[in-house]
Amino acid sequence: MRPEPATTAATLPDPFLKWFAERGWSPRAHQMELLAKAQGGRSVLLIAPTGAGKTLAGFLPSLTDLCDRPKRRPGQAHRGIHTLYISPLKALAVDIERNLARPVGDMGLPVTIETRTGDTPSHKRQRQKLQPPDILLTTPEQLALLLASSDARRFFEDLRYVVFDELHSLVTSKRGHLLALGLARLRAMVPALQAIGLSATVADPDGLRRWLVGQNPPGGMADLITVSGGAKPDVSVLDSRERVPWQGHSSRYAIPEIYEMVKQHRTSLLFVNTRSQAELLFQELWRINEDSLPIALHHGSLDVGQRRRVEKAMETNSLRAIVATSTLDLGIDWGDVDLVIHVGAPKGASRLAQRIGRANHRMDEPSKAILVPSNRFEVLECRAALEASTVGAQDTPPLVEGALDVLAQHVLGTACGAPFDAGQLFEEVRTAEPYARLDRDTFDRVVDFVATGGYALKTYERYARIRKTKDGLWRVSHPRVAQQYRLNVGTIIEVPALNVRYVRAGRGPASRGGPTLGKIEEAFLETLVYGDTFLFAGKVLRFEGIRENECYVSNAPGKDAKVPYYGGGKFPLSTYLADQVRGMLADPKRWKALPGQVADWLRLQAKVSVLPRRGDLLVETFPRADRFYMVAYPFEGRLAHQTLGMLLTRRLERMGARPLGFVATDYVLGVWALGDMGQLFKSGKIPLAELFDEDMLGDDLDAWLADSWLLKRTFRACAQISGLIEKRYPGQEKSGRQVTVSADLIYDVLRTHEPDHILLQATRADAAAGLLDVRRLADMLSRIRGRIMHKDLDRISPLAVPIMLEVGRERVDGEASESLMSEAEGLIEEAMGR
Amino acid sequence: MRLASAAVLDQGDGAEISVAGEQASCDRLGALHFPALGLLCVSDLHLEKGSSFARRGMLVPPYDTAATLLRLQAVIDRYRPRIVVSLGDSFHDPEGAARLPEHTRAGLMSLMAGRDWFWVAGNHDPKPPAGLPGETVEALAIGGLTFRHEPSAQASEGEVAGHLHPCARIVQRGRSVRRRCFATDGARAIMPAFGAYTGSLNVLDRAYAGLFRREGLMAYMIGARRVFAIAGGLLHPG
Repeated sequence: MRPEPATTAATLPDPFLKWFAERGWSPRAHQMELLAKAQGGRSVLLIAPTGAGKTLAGFLPSLTDLCDRPKRRPGQAHRGIHTLYISPLKALAVDIERNLARPVGDMGLPVTIETRTGDTPSHKRQRQKLQPPDILLTTPEQLALLLASSDARRFFEDLRYVVFDELHSLVTSKRGHLLALGLARLRAMVPALQAIGLSATVADPDGLRRWLVGQNPPGGMADLITVSGGAKPDVSVLDSRERVPWQGHSSRYAIPEIYEMVKQHRTSLLFVNTRSQAELLFQELWRINEDSLPIALHHGSLDVGQRRRVEKAMETNSLRAIVATSTLDLGIDWGDVDLVIHVGAPKGASRLAQRIGRANHRMDEPSKAILVPSNRFEVLECRAALEASTVGAQDTPPLVEGALDVLAQHVLGTACGAPFDAGQLFEEVRTAEPYARLDRDTFDRVVDFVATGGYALKTYERYARIRKTKDGLWRVSHPRVAQQYRLNVGTIIEVPALNVRYVRAGRGPASRGGPTLGKIEEAFLETLVYGDTFLFAGKVLRFEGIRENECYVSNAPGKDAKVPYYGGGKFPLSTYLADQVRGMLADPKRWKALPGQVADWLRLQAKVSVLPRRGDLLVETFPRADRFYMVAYPFEGRLAHQTLGMLLTRRLERMGARPLGFVATDYVLGVWALGDMGQLFKSGKIPLAELFDEDMLGDDLDAWLADSWLLKRTFRACAQISGLIEKRYPGQEKSGRQVTVSADLIYDVLRTHEPDHILLQATRADAAAGLLDVRRLADMLSRIRGRIMHKDLDRISPLAVPIMLEVGRERVDGEASESLMSEAEGLIEEAMGR
Repeated sequence: MRLASAAVLDQGDGAEISVAGEQASCDRLGALHFPALGLLCVSDLHLEKGSSFARRGMLVPPYDTAATLLRLQAVIDRYRPRIVVSLGDSFHDPEGAARLPEHTRAGLMSLMAGRDWFWVAGNHDPKPPAGLPGETVEALAIGGLTFRHEPSAQASEGEVAGHLHPCARIVQRGRSVRRRCFATDGARAIMPAFGAYTGSLNVLDRAYAGLFRREGLMAYMIGARRVFAIAGGLLHPG
């Protein structure tokens, strides 16, 4: 690592000094520090809370440099862009354009600033290529497109700075992988390029620091500037007058108390974890909104126009409360929010901190937040999150290794830009932090995949998309390949969804239809039959039918409306909070901080069963009705528990316990069986240590994975991102279903004929890190080795009640589909009296 | 040469139907067998669909033809038919047969050997397949049955057709299940697509309008281990 250069004081050009002075302001210390480091040639990561003037800090090096740059003389060629700004959201880029325009105009700086997003008209894009602005504000996808064009080198040759906003949210996904590869490409074109990252507080700043600079040699880091938060937030957990339910996520019990809080504050921001919860909470609040307070709803599936109206009303402070999901997480400015109510468990300490930060954009005033747990385990989790917020603990997810499907997309994009040498590209790719540990063999297989599909059966040589020519460089074989690449760029996979449109009741798809309310996922709509009612956009709607890409609905009365579910968006409990909850359970002294009813619940558990020590795993067994139950308490999050449940039931089956099913929550796993598992464990016929042995992650996992729908879903995304199948054809959007069908069929065929194919390898790695959470399960199994505590009971324990209430609510695919068809078949036999 | 062993395929149980009085069984792998005629019918094999996509830059796995033929071999081994009718769109495009890898072609020919083999012309493959035996026909009448690719608007009695790739969807207990199916009203039958890469179209879609008597429609949905007979009234569109 290079030694930190001695920081010399930054110099601000006159227009800046004058501008600050006229307003009676002075630049903040971190803004000057960042400027000094940048002027010293360094890349920098700035970690600061909302309201600390991050944006100005990020642009100060560019603006001061541009201020001093000699003017372009008439007749001189246009210069390439000077600064590239990349944000995760289009809206953020537009926001920044507005916010920068003011100081730049005031100071009379000779600087042009423009955005380039998916919405930018093509004539403007053309013009930007010919006359690049000084500062270009854009998104990761647009950067990939710019890099894949043949004039990329000229466009970027004068680039000095690249600024990444909200870096913490960019780096954790495949989008971040694509962006890291793009940054490596830029560095190869402009070796002196400096990167500036702006981020909220994270658990591992060093990961982000490495991400910003080339990893050649490995371990290099950007400089770090940390601005500590202002006033500590004032966080509390609702101590409800009502009985806190055993299970469920609706928080219905607390609605009157939530409404009271809204009444007592100027503007409340109500955060929930899912869109379904947002719809429910909104509906429940309006049910008791006797004062007709202006309460609005905001989530990602609502019609854009509707969302903009809500945002506008928010800015002008004309709302008293807004029910929102994570669509409001990122740094868009809001009006004067004086209370954040977090309904449901926060799931992570950092996540909660970022949401609370939304409440207040003035650093020196404490933000106020109240956590409303929706069940008893969530009370413990909320308490743990509150304590984490007091000590400032962070648990942002760790960075994961770069995905191979993304690399495939990048390799094709590189070829679209200019012919490449495989060895050079490999070295370049390895300078990107997520790919720093990539080996040459895997890289070559990815190139082979891009060229001919990478199949053992070499039948596609003649259809190759890229070819190695005599000079040793890989080139695109046909202009059509570049065209297809451009249409499929990006890593965001849209879930198949249909527009929801009003029609008159009973008219169904025959009538023309009224306004659109937003989009609903196809998977939910498939479960509806004509006349069913459901909640959406804050209304009760009747399902009237589907025609092409639209779902027709009418207004409906009625209370038994279903609530749409949405794939994804559910975060598992963070490892940090899980450990805190285990610690709380093990230590009766800490129960005093809990609401009385919850402390009583734990005391009762201690009396009739036992509470596990912090590092232990408690396994309870008991009979109920004509079945035998096993309940384990790992607290490792729903995804890891689902995987564990699948694997345990396979083992129990083999060991003769005749398991029937399982159910998993963020905290607990419950398994039921025909065999007396308590007896089998006690007698040693099924040793618990063997049942929970880490070797389940070997063959059992592979065998189960092969058939799992989780893997199919993951494969679908990998196939699209890697360019195996297209997101859409030129000029024609493919409907979600057609893509679904073919990706699933391809998966079946590939799995049977070439199980070691690189894309299946990528799929398994993805699933292990994502939907299966294998890493976390592995950590847990190794932690509990020799520390399993078995308690055989004659009846259900207090701690087991929540999971037992979930039994029978789980939706498991596969075998169930067969029984549903069998049931439908039975209906006619019954009707025919056979 | 023989194709690789087809014994691994779980053939499961079929379902018995009658088309214009002719008894047939819907095999779980997607073939229709008429025991009295010694005739086996498969539809929409779409062989070489993978390479057809590859020509346009989508390099999907080149194993679909092998996978489809393996299943074809399994049903042929099971019923040992005298006559095999491939009901059109046997190849995904007119050059498909010419692209067959040599050993795959040999495997297909060994399946054809010793039986009467009819290629019914389809919209994807209107011409006889290059370099393969068998007789190419527009339509084929045997007994009271007529085999043709596209179902015709008139003369439905005894017609066995393909082309539409039917699937059916049921909704039970708030869950939706969609599967490929045989669709019949007793007078006409429409076959599911047999090919490994073939998608499907709901039997309630407008494309099927007028093809079945509504009250008599049955969908024989193909499950993991057997075929399920579902009454038309229980089906859902989409």
